[in-house]
Amino acid sequence: MSVLVFADSTDGKFKKTAFEVVSYGKKVAEQLASNLVVVTINATDATELYTYGAEKVLTVSNDSLSTFNAKEYASVIEQAAVKESATIIVVDSSINGLYLSPLVAVGLEAAYASNTVSAPSNINPFTVKRKAFSNKAFSNTVISSEKKLIGLAKNSFGIHENMVSGALESFEPTVAVSGVKSESIERVTGTVTIADADTVVSAGRGLKGPENWGMIEELAAVLGAATACSKPVSDLGWRPHGEHVGQTGKPVASNLYIAIGISGAIQHLAGINASKVKVVINTDPEAPFFKAADYGVVGDAFEVIPKLIEKLKAFKAA
Amino acid sequence: MKILVCISHVPDTTSKINFTNNDTEFDKNGVQFVINPYDEFCLTRAMWFKEKQGAKVTVVNVGGLETETTLRKALAIGADDAIRININPTDGLLVAKELAAVVKAGSYDLVLAGKESADYNGQMVPGMLASLVDFNFVNGCVEIEVAGANVTAKREIDGGTETLSTSLPLVIGGQKGIVEEKDLRIPNMRGIMMARKKPLQVSEATGSEASTSIASFEKPAPKGAVKLVDADNLDELISLLHNEAKVI
Repeated sequence: MSVLVFADSTDGKFKKTAFEVVSYGKKVAEQLASNLVVVTINATDATELYTYGAEKVLTVSNDSLSTFNAKEYASVIEQAAVKESATIIVVDSSINGLYLSPLVAVGLEAAYASNTVSAPSNINPFTVKRKAFSNKAFSNTVISSEKKLIGLAKNSFGIHENMVSGALESFEPTVAVSGVKSESIERVTGTVTIADADTVVSAGRGLKGPENWGMIEELAAVLGAATACSKPVSDLGWRPHGEHVGQTGKPVASNLYIAIGISGAIQHLAGINASKVKVVINTDPEAPFFKAADYGVVGDAFEVIPKLIEKLKAFKAA
Repeated sequence: MKILVCISHVPDTTSKINFTNNDTEFDKNGVQFVINPYDEFCLTRAMWFKEKQGAKVTVVNVGGLETETTLRKALAIGADDAIRININPTDGLLVAKELAAVVKAGSYDLVLAGKESADYNGQMVPGMLASLVDFNFVNGCVEIEVAGANVTAKREIDGGTETLSTSLPLVIGGQKGIVEEKDLRIPNMRGIMMARKKPLQVSEATGSEASTSIASFEKPAPKGAVKLVDADNLDELISLLHNEAKVI
């Protein structure tokens, strides 16, 4: 019996979510007095995971797995779980993690608890806390099956260092046959993605028009942040759909979320609620966002944002 | 082409979320239920396939009698017929297993389902269903074209999109982009009248058992009041974000 974690990498590099799921797996293994095994696919340096408690790392190096394919990747995880007699499997909640996890659950006949936000509150019965109702509530879910797949919500457990002297083991799974083939990938390069960003700078209709986004992009650049927008702004075509955050858009679970000229409709707040610290800048002190935010500035974005950019530049330079 | 669209019956996105019976049940009192927004995008795309490519569109829901109003709305939008599987949808795998039985019995070519539901947001059912019936599967789908048995689909990835080629039979986990917000349809009077006469078949469940259960619900801890910073004193904001919140 062991805890198996899938640490995903892109172009060989781990994302922060990989360190978070390994940290989580370590914690669960301790709770169960079990051992932790991590599986990686084409990662350049899997020894990085020792820092977060990975005692044993299965490394898969296979050119036919160089592009993500949900069925192929799910099969690798399933084979690793069988090999290691894993009863708990942990996967992140990235777009790819959410794509492959249901396949793993069926393949292993494991119950799947997605959106899990904390370590098990109880081992018997096995109980985890999960997000529900679009971040408006949590459920305490009891998993009764022998095998359990946990989808860890991003930025929920955190990254915890726990240095161990680990070992790598080469693993050569069979590559599954998939009827889905990647033809091309179109990526906006040179910008921080909303999924990866520690900070997200988001703006709404208060900006009055797409021509005014220059200062939003500049503020984001100063903070190393991703840019995002509210639903009306993407529906109006001022900004691309990929920037829409909120209930039917992208979820945000950043450390810092700055909302500029966004009133704070319930659907918007649901999508960004998982962010740790929220700042609102709005002319209307009655805007609902002020009830959801940690810090607020009542003021005109066209005056506040340029000043904030100058002050942040000075702060960063100091 | 036979299309099955999976429809979840969920609280309207503006609903206040409360619990009852010692925080073990969702309080439906005063809550308006709607077609899950992610499923509505899929249903609208199915209507396009019906009108342009002669597809037959069936909608299905796993749930109790109260969900039939939502299925009737899907029929009013233009689906040809509806199926309700009469079991409480307590667990993602249970729902997927019930849907798998429908898919196998109905020899569907394309199954469209929202990538998640607006209530439990599990993001489980489309992938589990695809796995159970051994169909191809594209999740987070923002574009789909079907030509014969060949399918070109785009899915959202971090910072962009990926174009995929695949084939029927296929399960899609769809989201906004598969159609745009402006393409969504409001049922008209004629559609509503016709929907009353369209077949809605109720099937008993196959007896799948749930492997998860919800012991209790809780709401996020109440938030402290917002700290307001004067627009002329942005140094204070920077200081708070740096020293207090420690996020810059």
